[in-house]
Amino acid sequence: MNSLEGVVVQIQGLSSSAGDISRLHVILKQAEESLRSESTRLSPILDQLDPSNHSLGYLFILEACTSAPVSKEQAAMLVPYIARFISYCAPEQIRLAPEKFIAVCKRFKDQVMLLGTPMRGVAPLQAAVRKLQNSSEHLTTLHPEFLLLCLLAKCYKTGLSILEEDIFEVDQPRDLFLYCYYGGMICIGQKRFRKALELLHNVVTAPMSSINAIAVEAYKKYILVSLIHNGQFSTSLPKYTSSAAQRNLKNYCQPYIELANSYSTGKIAELDQYVQTNGEKFESDNNLGLVKQVVSSMYKRNIQRLTQTYLTLSLQDIANTVQLNSPKEAEMHVLQMIQDGEIFATINQKDGMVRFLEDPEQYKSCEMIERIDSSIQRIMSLSRKLTTMEEQMSCDPQYLAKAGRERQRFDFDDFDTVPQKFNI
Amino acid sequence: MEPEGSPSRPMIDEIHSNGGINLCDGDVDDEPSIDDTTTTTTNNRPIISSGEQLDVEAYGGLYQGRTKIMRLLFIAENCEGNPAMRLEALRMAHDEIKKGENTQLYREVVQKIDGELGPNYAMDSAWCDSVDRRADQKKEKLENELNAYRTNLIKESIRMGYNDFGDFYYAHGALGDAFKSYVRTRDYCTTSKHIIHMCLSAILVSIEMGQFTHVTSYVSKAEQSPEALDPITAAKLRCAAGLAHLEAKKYKLAARKFLETGSELGSHYNEVIAPQDVATYGGLCALASFDRAELKSKVIDNVNFRNFLELVPEVRELINDFYSSHYASCLDYLGNLKANLLLDIHLHDHVETLYDQIRNKALIQYTHPFVSVDLQMMANAFKTSVAGLEKELEALITDDQIQARIDSHNKILYARHADQRNATFQRVLQTGNEFDRDVRSMLLRANLIKHEYNLRAARKH
Repeated sequence: MNSLEGVVVQIQGLSSSAGDISRLHVILKQAEESLRSESTRLSPILDQLDPSNHSLGYLFILEACTSAPVSKEQAAMLVPYIARFISYCAPEQIRLAPEKFIAVCKRFKDQVMLLGTPMRGVAPLQAAVRKLQNSSEHLTTLHPEFLLLCLLAKCYKTGLSILEEDIFEVDQPRDLFLYCYYGGMICIGQKRFRKALELLHNVVTAPMSSINAIAVEAYKKYILVSLIHNGQFSTSLPKYTSSAAQRNLKNYCQPYIELANSYSTGKIAELDQYVQTNGEKFESDNNLGLVKQVVSSMYKRNIQRLTQTYLTLSLQDIANTVQLNSPKEAEMHVLQMIQDGEIFATINQKDGMVRFLEDPEQYKSCEMIERIDSSIQRIMSLSRKLTTMEEQMSCDPQYLAKAGRERQRFDFDDFDTVPQKFNI
Repeated sequence: MEPEGSPSRPMIDEIHSNGGINLCDGDVDDEPSIDDTTTTTTNNRPIISSGEQLDVEAYGGLYQGRTKIMRLLFIAENCEGNPAMRLEALRMAHDEIKKGENTQLYREVVQKIDGELGPNYAMDSAWCDSVDRRADQKKEKLENELNAYRTNLIKESIRMGYNDFGDFYYAHGALGDAFKSYVRTRDYCTTSKHIIHMCLSAILVSIEMGQFTHVTSYVSKAEQSPEALDPITAAKLRCAAGLAHLEAKKYKLAARKFLETGSELGSHYNEVIAPQDVATYGGLCALASFDRAELKSKVIDNVNFRNFLELVPEVRELINDFYSSHYASCLDYLGNLKANLLLDIHLHDHVETLYDQIRNKALIQYTHPFVSVDLQMMANAFKTSVAGLEKELEALITDDQIQARIDSHNKILYARHADQRNATFQRVLQTGNEFDRDVRSMLLRANLIKHEYNLRAARKH
């Protein structure tokens, strides 16, 4: 008890300036053991501390509290504390002990899931992510946890706000895999198939020395989303994919590749039948909903193909070509597509004719100019980023050492005094 | 239809009547025709002629050697529903085989005849046995001679010895051994004449075996000879090359080779190919794969090839019709020729493809000059229904071979010229997006790789 009191006093006393905080950090690290041993009695202490001023201390105590497995009632009690802490804590203080912060947040997520209310965790974790990040381009271990909660709570839009940011810096490759996979799922849920494709593509082509389960699942969804968005799928992965992925991914995703082959024949009846026969496999992967979307996208694609060849076409002919059952169904499909902006057409109900129009976009409007302008700005900033990265790399001692060792030597003068290894 | 430019009366009439022209060329032939077509030919030279059945005897007379037998057997196998022709072909094959020494083929033919041609054509085992015995004796003799030559190390004799072996095996149907023997002479060839002889023999055997990759390599080997080739040999090599390309489905190359064949070929190569075949293969392949300019310069204006085309006036007519846009008559000729072309051993597998390509080309060429085309009139010109025509055009448009769109309500085809400006904008925006996405992925991957590298470096230390 005394040590605990002592710790509390220290925390309260030493939380004011940066120098004090580093001393406090040292003290707290030393006191870690004793804190852990008294984990059950730590909860009342939390009331004595202020999360925003005494963040570091609060964090250590919270971490000790949650280090032991908690029951449901304890969880119910702890969850509001942690939530409050995350909202109020000071980022500079917790960045001193990021692993502890991550550990606390992870356990928080577990508890929230244990209680069956993932929604409660969404906002706090979002705040946690923001506080832990060094910059908006930084991927922390909390990103995937946050996205997981969004998925479970079905708060897709909140997840999307984090996904909009570009990631360039990664702590742990495993985080990236999970982040992109969950992110892909959220985008699929919001029907943002292009972004989903991008995220899943990143998982599948990420450098990996051996195949992992996340990549396999991501590849399955990648195939399906590629069919929905692009109408086609090529089994060849780009050159920069790791060799482990190139060799092994296909073996695990055989039903999906056959689905893609069946899709490319363009016959809806065959596709339907294939889905029927293999329904359980897709179901067990939780992909059946997506597969059904694939089937319905086939109708759309066939109708879109018709716009390329015909100027006007009767609804009966559309129904026959696309293998729908009646002109009424064809009309409904076409109507839906016109409303979604996927094709441009007018339906003449008197004649039962559809007239396909050209895309009315003239690329002359102000919005279009703004769009082009913003694209240009984006790409210019990307170029700048590339240049800075190259400059940084050229000054990197490891790179210089390797390049220096391996460069070609043409004549005697080349054997100059570039040292093999920089001793800095 | 609205042709671009002022319509002149005769042209409209011609276009309108494209569907109804009934050509009568020359007199009716004395041979009774089985189908009721009116397009006929005047002289007896063309063997593969329109509508009439293939005259098996005349056809066989064009060839000699093993290819004659194989062609006749092929005809016998493939002329369904025509037992008379089948028996005729088998009879001729039988006679030809008996002149030679191939007992294997003899047994096959007799089995196929199955006694239907009477007692003269039953199995003559005595003949088989005597031929086999003679073959064994000859083989021994050749072997002994070859060994003698080999010990004496006289190059020319060894070469002749292997050549004789090759001929022997070829006559007895052991094509693989024949090929090997011929190829072995290569080491003993001293002059380029020898090399050319070896190449020609190898080519002959390869064609019979159906291994056309060898044909191509030996043709190029022969053509590389330092001496100038005499025109007949050059023509033979071109034909062989053309056949190889045909088998490989490279119709454009095949057409070029056939068109370059000199007319000195005559019937000098009839152990492989007849001049009529050169004309037919060359003409059809050219029609299927050349564009208009090439068709005119290489086929119609080709004086050399005209000699070949004289032998098959139908092919000449149909090429001219195609070039002058008389599609109905062109397709008529093609239809008439089809049945007989299917009996040709080399062309059999390619007839459908070539015909489809020619028909597609005709469709594309028809629509090319117009802004809008009435599908009804076009259907008449191509002797098909509007619905069928629509399907064909749809396939061509989807394939991007015709730039047009179909107004299915009014049954008109409108030419469609892509809007360059819009297309450019679209492409630009798309490229920008792709660049953006790719660069971001690359930066991410670079970061991951750096991380892994650091990890590995950290582990090492």
